[in-house]
Amino acid sequence: MLVSTTINGDVVEFACPPEETLLTALRDRVGLTGVKEGCGTGDCGACSVTLDGRLVCSCLVLGAEAQGREIATVEGLAEGEKLHPLQQNFIDHAALQCGICTPGFLMAAKALLERNPNPTETEIRYALAGNLCRCTGYDKIVHAVQASAKELRQLDKKKQRRKKSKK
Amino acid sequence: MVSVTFISTFRPALGGADALEIEAKTLRELMRKLVKKYPRLQKHIDEGIALAVDGEIYRDNWDVEIPDGSEVYLMPRIQGG
Amino acid sequence: MGNDPSFTNQKFKVIGSRVQRPDGVDKVTGRARYGADHNAPGQLVGLFLRSPHAHARITRLDTARAEKLSGVKAVITSDDLPDLTNGDATAYTILENCMARGRALYDGHAVAAVAAVDEQTAKKALKLIKVTYEVLPHVTDVDEAMKPDAPVLHDHIYTAGLPRKPRKPSNVYNVAEFGHGDVDKGFAQADVIVEQSYKTEQTHQGYIEPHACVASASPDGTGELWVTTQGHFHYRSVCATLLGMDIAKLKVTSSEIGGGFGGKTHVWMEPIALALSRKANRPVKVVMSREEVFRASGPTSSTSIDVKIGAKKDGRIIAAFAALRYQGGAFPGYIPGMPWAAIGAMTAFTSYKLPNVKSVGYDVVVNRPKVAAYRAPSAPMASFAVESTIDMVAAKVGMKPLDFRIMNAAKKGTRSSFGPVYGPIGIGATLEAVKDHPHMRAKLKKNQGRGIACGFWFNFGGQTCTDINIATDGTVTVTVGTIDVGGARASLSLIAAEELGVPYEQVKAHIGDTGSLGHNDTTEGSRGTFSSGMAIIFAARQAIDVLRERAAIMWEIPVEDVIWEDGHARPRLKKYKKLKPLSLAAIAAASPTTGGPIAGHNESVPDNAGVSFASHICDVEVDPETGATRILRYTVVQDAGKAIHPTYVEGQMQGGAAQGIGWALNEEYIYGEDGRLQNPGFLDYRIPVCSDLPFIDTQILEIPNPNHPYGIRGVGETSIVPPLAAIGNAISNAVGVRMNHVPMSPPRILKAIEEAGG
Repeated sequence: MLVSTTINGDVVEFACPPEETLLTALRDRVGLTGVKEGCGTGDCGACSVTLDGRLVCSCLVLGAEAQGREIATVEGLAEGEKLHPLQQNFIDHAALQCGICTPGFLMAAKALLERNPNPTETEIRYALAGNLCRCTGYDKIVHAVQASAKELRQLDKKKQRRKKSKK
Repeated sequence: MVSVTFISTFRPALGGADALEIEAKTLRELMRKLVKKYPRLQKHIDEGIALAVDGEIYRDNWDVEIPDGSEVYLMPRIQGG
Repeated sequence: MGNDPSFTNQKFKVIGSRVQRPDGVDKVTGRARYGADHNAPGQLVGLFLRSPHAHARITRLDTARAEKLSGVKAVITSDDLPDLTNGDATAYTILENCMARGRALYDGHAVAAVAAVDEQTAKKALKLIKVTYEVLPHVTDVDEAMKPDAPVLHDHIYTAGLPRKPRKPSNVYNVAEFGHGDVDKGFAQADVIVEQSYKTEQTHQGYIEPHACVASASPDGTGELWVTTQGHFHYRSVCATLLGMDIAKLKVTSSEIGGGFGGKTHVWMEPIALALSRKANRPVKVVMSREEVFRASGPTSSTSIDVKIGAKKDGRIIAAFAALRYQGGAFPGYIPGMPWAAIGAMTAFTSYKLPNVKSVGYDVVVNRPKVAAYRAPSAPMASFAVESTIDMVAAKVGMKPLDFRIMNAAKKGTRSSFGPVYGPIGIGATLEAVKDHPHMRAKLKKNQGRGIACGFWFNFGGQTCTDINIATDGTVTVTVGTIDVGGARASLSLIAAEELGVPYEQVKAHIGDTGSLGHNDTTEGSRGTFSSGMAIIFAARQAIDVLRERAAIMWEIPVEDVIWEDGHARPRLKKYKKLKPLSLAAIAAASPTTGGPIAGHNESVPDNAGVSFASHICDVEVDPETGATRILRYTVVQDAGKAIHPTYVEGQMQGGAAQGIGWALNEEYIYGEDGRLQNPGFLDYRIPVCSDLPFIDTQILEIPNPNHPYGIRGVGETSIVPPLAAIGNAISNAVGVRMNHVPMSPPRILKAIEEAGG
C-alpha cells in the first residue's frame, strides 16, 4: 500500500505491505537506518521515533499508520551543520560507547525535555527507562541529558528575552 | 637452567611429570626441547597454550629470552571477551 | 621490551586528555553504519530454521517444497556443507554449531537456512521445510549433566586432564587443577574453616545490536562479507576454512559494532550466509532476531561452585580450595585447550596470598547454546563464590571484611594461585583506596547493607598489524585491524599524535578491512588499545625515520644529523644553525619529490598486557516484603595502567559494573523441563535500565604497565568481576542471610530470608 507522510519535515511517500512495521519501512523503504532494531518487540527503545510528537517504538507501529502524520527521527535532529545540544552533549560527555542505542536515547531525551525542561535525576532515569544501553551503565547518559536540559533552558531564556526586547 | 612447571591438564602428555629442569635461552628453544622429549605435548600446543616467565604471561611471543634460573609456567591459552 | 621500565613515568603532551571521539558525530546523527545498515545490489534475505528441541535426532529433512517456492533462491542444510575441516576439532565444532549435522543439540540449533527475494517469501519457505525429529533425552543443568545416569551428549568425549584416559565417554570434557602447597595440611592447621556451595545462572552479553551480515560469495572463489564482529580476520579464516575458500580471496569488512563483550568473537550464522550466497550466486543479508540471539549465539556458563577457606585466629588465610563446575553449552570450549572452568579455577583465588591453595575446574557439556566469552570470561562466577566465602571467614575470625582482605592481599613476589609469581600488581593499592574512599563512611539505614569485593583479569595482547600513512598536507591516517566498540579510535589517534608530536586533530584512525592489513587477532582480552596502541607507537617511529630521511634530503645533509622533536625535524649540530626546523606538514608537502609517500608500518605480537585488579564497594537496600534490591551507591576502584583517555576508561569501569549488577540481581536463562529456553527476549531477560541504577563512582589508579612504552594496561574487562560478590555481600549484610545463588532475584531473596526463619 502507498503511504503519504511527513518525515523530519519533508513530505515522503513509500509503498509497503500492510503488515510491515514502521521500523522496517523507515529503514528499508525510506533509507533512514539511523533508526535501529535491537529487539523488534518494543523492549529496547533503539527504534524510538516520534509520531505526531509522541515517542513511540517504531517496531510496534505499522508503516501504514504513518499515513498523514508527522514522524521525527534522529536524522532530523541537527539543524544543518549545527548539532542539537543533546547530540553535542552526548559526544562531550562520552554518553555513547558502541552507539547503537544512541539514536533512540536522543529521541527519548528530546521528548522528555520538551515535556519537562527541568527534570530531576530521577525523572530523567524513569523517562529513559524504556531505552536499553549495555555499554555505559547510563551514568554519562544522565549527565549528558542534565547538561542539555540546562543548556536548552538558557537558550530558551535568551529567546524569550529577545522576543521581549523586540516588543 | 630453567625450571618448568605444568598444570594438571598437560601432565598425562608428560608421563605424569608436573615440573622439570631444562636448559633453554628462549621460549622457542624451550618448547622445541620439550616437544622433542614429550611429543604428545604438541597436541596441547596446537590447541593453544600460554607461558609465564617469572610471572609475565606470553601467548604468542616465543622469541622472549629466558633469564637463567627463571621459572616458566605452562598454562592453557586463555581468551578474553 | 622485557621489563624495561624506562618508558614509564614520562610526561605526555596529549595522552590523558579528554578529546572528542572521531566517530561521535556519525553516531549521534544516525549516519554510522552497523551490521544491519548495509545493503548490496540484488541482495536476498536469509533466514534460519531452528530446532525446537533440546536434543533430537533429525530423521528426515525435506526441503523440496521450499526450494520450489517462487522467489526462493537457495536452501541449505548440512548436506550442503561437507566437512572440510581436515581433522581440526575446533573447526568441526564450529561447523556443527553453525548447522546441525543429523542431530540438534540445543533449543535453537540451526537445522536449515533459506535465501529468498524478500522476508515474507523466506518465512513461507521455512514453513515448507519438513523436519522429522526423534526426541532424545536432554540435560541442561551442570550438576545434573555430571551425574552417572545423565544422557551423554557426545560419545567421542572422554574426560581429559585425568591421569588415565577414562573407559566411558562423559559430559565432563576436561578437568584442570591449579595451585600449590598442601591444602589438606593447611586445613589441618586452620583455626577457622568455612565451606559454602554456590550456583550462578547463565547470562548473555546482551549487546543491543543483533548479529548481522551481508555475504557475497561468487562462483570464481572470491567473496565479501560485511559483518558486525570483534574479529574480522578470525571470521575470515573460519569462514574460508569451513567453505573451502582461499583465505586471501575473502574480504571481510567489520561494520560499526553495536556491542560485543566477547559474544562477537565467534562466528554464528556468517559461514551459512556465505554458503547461501554461493548457492544462489547473489548477495545475502542475514539479521538475527533478538530471540535468535538469545537461543543461538553464545551466552556465558552457568556454574556450580564449592569453596572452602581456612584461616588462623589472627586472620591469615592458611588454605583455600575450590571445585568449579562450568557448563560450556553443547560443545567443548571454543578452543579445546582453553575450557571455561579452567579459567574459573585459574582466576578464583588470584587476589590473595595463599600458602596452600588448590582449585579444580570441571568443564561440562549440556543441551544449551555453545558458550562464548563474556567480558573477563569465567572470572565473575569464581569471584562471587570466593569473595562471598572471604566475607564469611572474616566474620568468623572477627575482622572487618576490608581489613581481612588487606591483610591477605597478594603483592609483588606472591605466588599466584594459578602458578606464576606476581610482578608489581595493584590489588593492595585498590584496597587501600577503598579504605580511604568517602563511600566507606556513608551512613546506612535499616534494611541497607554494604559489600565489598575484589576482582582480577589477565588482559591479553596478540597478533597485530598497523599502518600509518602521512598525507601531503601533513594529516595522518592510522589504519588498525582491531575493532572499536567504545572509543578506541580516539585513544589510538591520541597515541599516534603523541608519538609523532602532532595535534590530535591532525590524526584520523580507521579500522582496516582484511584486504588492507595483515592478520590481526580478534579484539578480545582487553587488547585493542594495548596492542594496536603498541603497534602504532612502533609504526610511528618507523614513519619518523622516514621523515628524518626526507628532511635530510631536503637539507642535503646526512640523516644521522637529523633528529625528531615536537613534531619537527631539527638538525643536530650547530653548523646547521641556518636550517629552520621542518614541520611534519612541510616534509609531507615535499614528499612527492623526495621519494614518494611517507608511511610507517608495524607487525608484532605484543604480549604482557599486564594483569589488572579492581575492588568495588556497593550499598544496597532490600525490601523485606518483596525481596527487591535497590543499588544505593556504587564505587569502582581499578588499576588501569596509564589512562589514555580517562573518560572512556571510566566508561569501561561503569559499563562493566552495570553488567555485573544485572547479572547479580536479574539476568538468567530460564529453561523449562522440556529443555527449551523460556525467556529469549528483553522483556523476560531483564537487563538493568536507567532507573535501576545510581551514578557509578569511579577511581582510576594509574599503575603503569612496565611492558608497554606508555604504561598501558588492558582495562575493559575487570570491572565485571567484583559486582556479583560485592552485591551478594551487601545483600547478606542487609538481610542477615548469606546469598549463594545468582541472580539474587526477589523470589530467591525472600526464600533465603524465609529459610533463615526471618
